[in-house]
Amino acid sequence: MQVPAPFEYERATSVEHAIALRTQLGEEARFIAGGHSLLPMMKLRLANPEYLIDINDLDELFYITRADDEIRIGAMTRHRELLDSDLLAEHFPIFRDAEKVIADPVVRNRGTLGGSLCQADPSEDLSAVCTTLDASCVIKSTDGERIVSMQDFHVGPYETAVGDTEMLTEIRIPLKAGGGSAYEKVERRAGDWAVVSSGVAVWMSNGTIDDGRVGLAAVGPNTTSIGPVAEALRGAAPSEEFYEQVGEIAAANCSPQTDQRGTAAYKTHLAKELTRRSLRRAVARAQGQEA
Amino acid sequence: MTTTEPAPDTTEEERPIGFGRLLRKEDPRLIRGMGNFVDDISLDGMLHLAILRSPVAHARIVSIDTSAAEAHPKVVAVITGEDLAAQGLAWMPTLSNDTQAVLATDKVRFQHQEVAFVVAEDRYSARDALELIDVEYDWLDPVVDVRTALDADVPVIRDDLDGKTDNHIFDWETGDEAATNAVFDSADVVVSEEIIYPRVHPAPMETCGCVADVERVSGQLTLWCTSQAPHAHRTVYALVAGLPEHKIRVIAPDIGGGFGNKVPIYPGYVCAIVASLVIGKPVKWMEDRTENLVSTGFARDYVMNADIAATKEGKILAVRTNVLADHGAFNGVAAPTKYPAGFFGVFTGSYDLEAAYAKMTAVYTNKAPGGVAYACSFRITEAVYLVERIVDCLAHELDMDPAELRLKNFIKPDQFPYETKTGWVYDSGDYEPAMRKAMEMAGYDELRREQAEKRERGELMGIGVSFFTEAVGAGPRKDMDILGLGMADGCELRIHPTGKAVVRLSVKTQGQGHETTFAQIVAEEIGIPPEDIEVVHGDTDNTPFGLGTYGSRSTPVSGAAAALVTRKVRDKAQIIASGMLEVSVADLQWDKGAFSVKGDPTKSVTIQDIAMRAHGAGDLPDGLEGGLEAQICYNPENLTYPFGAYICVVDIDPDTAVVKVRRFIAVDDCGTQINPMIIEGQVHGGLADGVGMAMMEMIAFDEDGNCLGGSLMDYLIPTALETPDWETGHTVTPSPHHPIGAKGIGESATVGSPPAVVNAIVDALKPYGIRHADMPLTPSRVWEAMQGNHTPPI
Repeated sequence: MQVPAPFEYERATSVEHAIALRTQLGEEARFIAGGHSLLPMMKLRLANPEYLIDINDLDELFYITRADDEIRIGAMTRHRELLDSDLLAEHFPIFRDAEKVIADPVVRNRGTLGGSLCQADPSEDLSAVCTTLDASCVIKSTDGERIVSMQDFHVGPYETAVGDTEMLTEIRIPLKAGGGSAYEKVERRAGDWAVVSSGVAVWMSNGTIDDGRVGLAAVGPNTTSIGPVAEALRGAAPSEEFYEQVGEIAAANCSPQTDQRGTAAYKTHLAKELTRRSLRRAVARAQGQEA
Repeated sequence: MTTTEPAPDTTEEERPIGFGRLLRKEDPRLIRGMGNFVDDISLDGMLHLAILRSPVAHARIVSIDTSAAEAHPKVVAVITGEDLAAQGLAWMPTLSNDTQAVLATDKVRFQHQEVAFVVAEDRYSARDALELIDVEYDWLDPVVDVRTALDADVPVIRDDLDGKTDNHIFDWETGDEAATNAVFDSADVVVSEEIIYPRVHPAPMETCGCVADVERVSGQLTLWCTSQAPHAHRTVYALVAGLPEHKIRVIAPDIGGGFGNKVPIYPGYVCAIVASLVIGKPVKWMEDRTENLVSTGFARDYVMNADIAATKEGKILAVRTNVLADHGAFNGVAAPTKYPAGFFGVFTGSYDLEAAYAKMTAVYTNKAPGGVAYACSFRITEAVYLVERIVDCLAHELDMDPAELRLKNFIKPDQFPYETKTGWVYDSGDYEPAMRKAMEMAGYDELRREQAEKRERGELMGIGVSFFTEAVGAGPRKDMDILGLGMADGCELRIHPTGKAVVRLSVKTQGQGHETTFAQIVAEEIGIPPEDIEVVHGDTDNTPFGLGTYGSRSTPVSGAAAALVTRKVRDKAQIIASGMLEVSVADLQWDKGAFSVKGDPTKSVTIQDIAMRAHGAGDLPDGLEGGLEAQICYNPENLTYPFGAYICVVDIDPDTAVVKVRRFIAVDDCGTQINPMIIEGQVHGGLADGVGMAMMEMIAFDEDGNCLGGSLMDYLIPTALETPDWETGHTVTPSPHHPIGAKGIGESATVGSPPAVVNAIVDALKPYGIRHADMPLTPSRVWEAMQGNHTPPI
């Protein structure tokens, strides 16, 4: 049994309480949500927080709702709820695609959206999904709240824009007409981190892609949204040749490293192939060709 | 040849008295969480031990400062290698008569080697205090690449050994080199390939550990330990530590998987014993997951250059191999003394050859020691992988179907017992029916047609065939020993007055189901229902001596002992019955569970009646003692040679190179079947192992000798999603020398399945001109092979 170093434990009763505790305890304190990233790191003593602030009682952070022009997801919403949500599946099928290949049911029962984003692992699937969907993050502190785009949320591997006295409370995803999205992942084994994964979202009208985004995991320091892909998608008419071109743009704009999961050459190839596949499915879904 | 019939294919509910399907007696306990594992042991005043390990692969120890750790309020003791050296306990023998540091004194020789230990009041404090020990290391260049370990300019790892000037451990050879070379020189076709079996790890779910309790007044040591061989361990402790053997009791309680990982004696066990001896309190040591993966017995790590010679018609003439074996920093191979390469000599496989020769060189590297099983039957996994891979390479060169090539070259039934060109005597075999059955179950011809159609369309489908012969059940003792202990096993059977029984074994289950199968063996011989037979094992105070469970030896050796001890009891029962029925012994006939008078079946006594008479007040025949019990020690006359035919079907996504194992057909022949359900379970587990090794498992190192496989996120083992629904079948060719005709089955699937999976993947890649690719065949490695960039894994 791997055992963590000593730490103190506080159980927050509200968002305000959680933020107050964090402000009071300082940089050696960490929030604990589902615990499926932080606890293993603590057991391996890669993370040694002095305080854990448990936020699992914060019922106010468990929700998936529709506001006028966006979907709002509470930071404590668990993978299982994201997987099961018909609302998400209707507007953003990419979530269900991704959740089906994240870890295993035990992890999905506990792990949370907020926890996944705050871990900021370059291989993490929901970060890629939120990058793809151009999500924004609501960060609260005693001074109020601020809203940060996904691009600004991740500032490096395992680093986010959330300060020592702040808390991620909500993720907002803009709703636009004619949308379709999909996620493709290659892993060495079920439940493994992605060798590479690719999410694509498109918004279409009259058979043309008005706007589109890609989010790639495990090909750079953070999950990556590739500007040249978005540029290429804008105003394009979908075709197999076009999917191939977009895949090539994705591959040309990523910087994977060779490791145990695969060679840089293979990962670059996957960036192309998976982007091609995701784009094809996203377009089909936008056109109502796939449930 | 035995007359024992194959087990009737009963259902699990029928509760046979003897052989047949029967739910496992141990499962009600285990599936309800009521098992009793080492980490469940908690004793009054028990302390906890944690081990400080080296962060680097090769370094001289300059100094160790333990003062801060000793000042921790809950720390009882901090012990270094110097402390052990003062007691003469800093080094211990390995199972291969090498020495291994219990705690490093001079230098560390692999990353995560044991350097010091802390004993504290609780597990957390012990672990916390490790952070307070300050060790200064003087780094040395590590030897990581096995291929350069013998070069002139590399550092000498084992400078502790007198006069050691290189990293060479041993050379070993088998077969006739000259005769083999002659066959090769005149052969039509010669195919050569470098075939690597990477380092893998048994990775049992339960890690290794122990609770040591030295009683201060009597000096009695009780050791609860994750041991596959409690008796052998006890004797080794007696020989090494000089403890009186009768004052040592080793108890292996429930074990959560062994696979060979729990055969060696690890430094942690010795540390716990020393700690209890010094402190006078019970001490628990349990490895964590990382410690298990990075420091305990690995498996394989063979670089094999293989050559095969054949006629152009596909008659295989000879196999030749040159092997470079990476044994890590200490030679900890678990193998019989005379077999430094284990039973690798069976690399001639299932084929009738004219000649064969193998040469092996084993070397030290700065990696964890071991070379244990992982369900390999003493290196047969490597041997079978070698021959089954090179035979497929030959099929590729000859453009022959790999199944047909094998069928053409099998040893024929009338050639058994068959002596191979490397001196192994295969006891029995009938290979073609097993192969034909597997092909029929697979729909082999139809699969090949489907494959041809798919290739036309650019789809990648592969069909992999392997056929293996195993050699399991070591001894005989004259040939096989471990540290001088002959490989034989005792068994003791006692029938209680009411006709219930207790059978005591020297072997120890780690999940194989001994509590069920051994009750069934006794039941088959004496007619007492298995539920009335208690199986006792794992406790040296309550069981007869024997060498333990590994190398699939429980059924071949201990199972034979159980059958023979029961027959011995039955012989006595027959004498008692003759008195009860007032006829001569010769006039009695045995119907399972009762003796009756020949020709008058109404006159009979059951084994239960006889048991009561044996313990009762009535007269017994003249000269007969009361009681109904016996003990024997069984020394096998030969190994048993189970075999099997495996067929694997894979589909590969040509764009992502992701491999999906679509089907796996396994036909096994382990002779007489005791419990077909347990056999299937063993086969399922081994097949999953095989898929894991073929496609994802590898203990890798970086250039500094850092182990990259320290967690189950890094060292991948397969899940249900990577494994297909196994399709199992069997043929039954009894062992002629085993009392019930049974052969071992525990490792057949682990041995036979990796080549089937790899052969299938390579077969799928045939359109790319690929003849060989090394494990683990991850998507990346498959894709690189498709690009012509296949690289060896080490």
